[in-house]
Amino acid sequence: MKEIMKIDGLSTVFFTDEGKVRAVDDISFRVREGETVCIVGESGCGKSVTAMSIMGLVEEPGGKVSGGSIDFLGEDLLRLDKNSLRAIRGHEIAMIFQEPMSSLNPVIKIGEQIMEPLIVHQKMKKKAARQRAVELISQVGISRAEQIADSYPHELSGGMLQRIMIAIAISCSPKLLIADEPTTALDVTIQAQILDMLREFKESSGMSMMLITHDLGVVAEMADYVIVMYSGKIVEEGEVVQLFQNPKHPYTRGLLKSKPVMGQRQDELYSIPGQVPNPLELASSCYFHDRCEHCMPVCRTRHPGLKEVGGGQKAACWLYEEAEVHV
Amino acid sequence: MSEALLEVNHLKKYFPVTQGLLGRTVGHVKAVDDISIRLEPGETFGLVGESGSGKSTVGRTILRLTEKTDGEVKFKGVDIHSLSPSEMRLLRPRMQLIFQDPYSALNPRVRVGDAIGEALLDHGLCPKSEVRGLVLEALEACGLSSYHIDRFPHEFSGGQRQRIGIARALILNPDLIIADEPVSALDVSIQAQIINLFSRLQQSKGLTYLFISHDLSVVEHLCTRIGVMYLGSMVETAARDELFRQPLHPYTKALLSAVPVPIPKLKRERIVLKGDIPSPANPPSGCKFHTRCPFAVDVCAAEIPVFRDAGGGHFVACHLA
Repeated sequence: MKEIMKIDGLSTVFFTDEGKVRAVDDISFRVREGETVCIVGESGCGKSVTAMSIMGLVEEPGGKVSGGSIDFLGEDLLRLDKNSLRAIRGHEIAMIFQEPMSSLNPVIKIGEQIMEPLIVHQKMKKKAARQRAVELISQVGISRAEQIADSYPHELSGGMLQRIMIAIAISCSPKLLIADEPTTALDVTIQAQILDMLREFKESSGMSMMLITHDLGVVAEMADYVIVMYSGKIVEEGEVVQLFQNPKHPYTRGLLKSKPVMGQRQDELYSIPGQVPNPLELASSCYFHDRCEHCMPVCRTRHPGLKEVGGGQKAACWLYEEAEVHV
Repeated sequence: MSEALLEVNHLKKYFPVTQGLLGRTVGHVKAVDDISIRLEPGETFGLVGESGSGKSTVGRTILRLTEKTDGEVKFKGVDIHSLSPSEMRLLRPRMQLIFQDPYSALNPRVRVGDAIGEALLDHGLCPKSEVRGLVLEALEACGLSSYHIDRFPHEFSGGQRQRIGIARALILNPDLIIADEPVSALDVSIQAQIINLFSRLQQSKGLTYLFISHDLSVVEHLCTRIGVMYLGSMVETAARDELFRQPLHPYTKALLSAVPVPIPKLKRERIVLKGDIPSPANPPSGCKFHTRCPFAVDVCAAEIPVFRDAGGGHFVACHLA
């Protein structure tokens, strides 16, 4: 399959009063055509910042992309000037955010907000754009499309707003859709509707998707390929079935074990002790070492690199670097 | 049957909808509409439902944080909504609430030790000299350390703050704890820690929980009996295993099938509901679920189904079940 995006050594830092935070630290991965890549991790692991870096939404002086490259169909997004980036954003790469309520402009009618990318990117005339907007609204499963096009965001429910966000995102038939926790703010029955819809669109249009979530259930349902992040680093990645059946990194294993699963009740849940390290105090160790049950001396002193561990799966853990550990 | 710790009978809570300059009441939002719950000592009752189903209002009305519209709430046989404010105050330490968002439930300028001990002093439950000792005990029971006592809330992570919220409820030695989405704001690895804390505390202190949550996998893990709410009404209650093995109400079935399970490529029969939850200010006639129900027939729109025992304490309100 053709690669549509290739990220190499991406690093993003934020400058705070207490010091520099490496939110994303030297990560590399690729997204192939028609593939869904899920980035999973807990708050603060850098999964959203990865998406923001791709979209060019990290702005100085607060923070900046400090290194690496983001190759999208042969062009490095990090080297593009503002106008060229603008031509790609919302057109070939679209994004859906967690909070649909705060992503839409409260004083502009729904229809006009859907028309905007059509007019800007596809150079449509107003009338044609309006017609397309109404089509898109019914395409995302909302009845009374004409009427909805003339209403304001506050008149719609959260689930409907997220559908509108999807309508805007797919309006220009993007090659890549980045969805950052698209269903986290929604109820489960609505979540099921939205995920179904995203899957259908992906299949019918052949676009690729980068889905960011903290919910392993959503990952299992949507992903082809999974990337697990912890404290700004990729700790494990692999094809979805393999990663769930045979997780290699102790953090991935812990995450999978600590999630209560319906129909598999245990008396006590496994829980990873401790908490995520302070991003300001990351030393040259494995960032997971103080929560890890397999912690070895080397884990405290050096950070493990991401290595092949068989079957195309990769993990960053000293357990799999026998040569170096056991000499 | 032993005496129930909490008995809620036909509880109703309507919020008036006002309009115009004079604030005329033009209708009611039936947030809680005829709910009955019975809690035996030591059990955990899980109340599940989606946003707007009224589950939080049930919790708040039971604690009399809002006044009821109708029905009764009996705590150890006493109707708490008939108590005077001073009598109510005496009863408050027996029933405690834990909130979803530990960030906003703590005063940022009060040291956590004082926040936890405050209620003990306010209720005059122990002399000032003993408070610190009890606070330390509560901190320890909730997995925090003694040096945390003089810190401020902003110095803690989300999981630790929820532990503080639990410690604050626990220190009063309550009989009943109502926990309103206590783990929803937490990450998976932290969530597991707090869920385990809840079950450990229950075993060691014989607590009774009313656990309000939208997350069925968490509820299955923690609760002995489960009630499912939809638009202010209870649609089904049953023992945990019974409910998960054989859900009777179509809404419960849909909810169960909608929860994503972390097993890739698992083929499940999924009931995807159409549309959104209707507005509780203007609920559908008959069975409130009939507008989204894939099995609805004519009678569903016309008649309100009776909440009845379908055998073995499995209650359901559905014409078809």
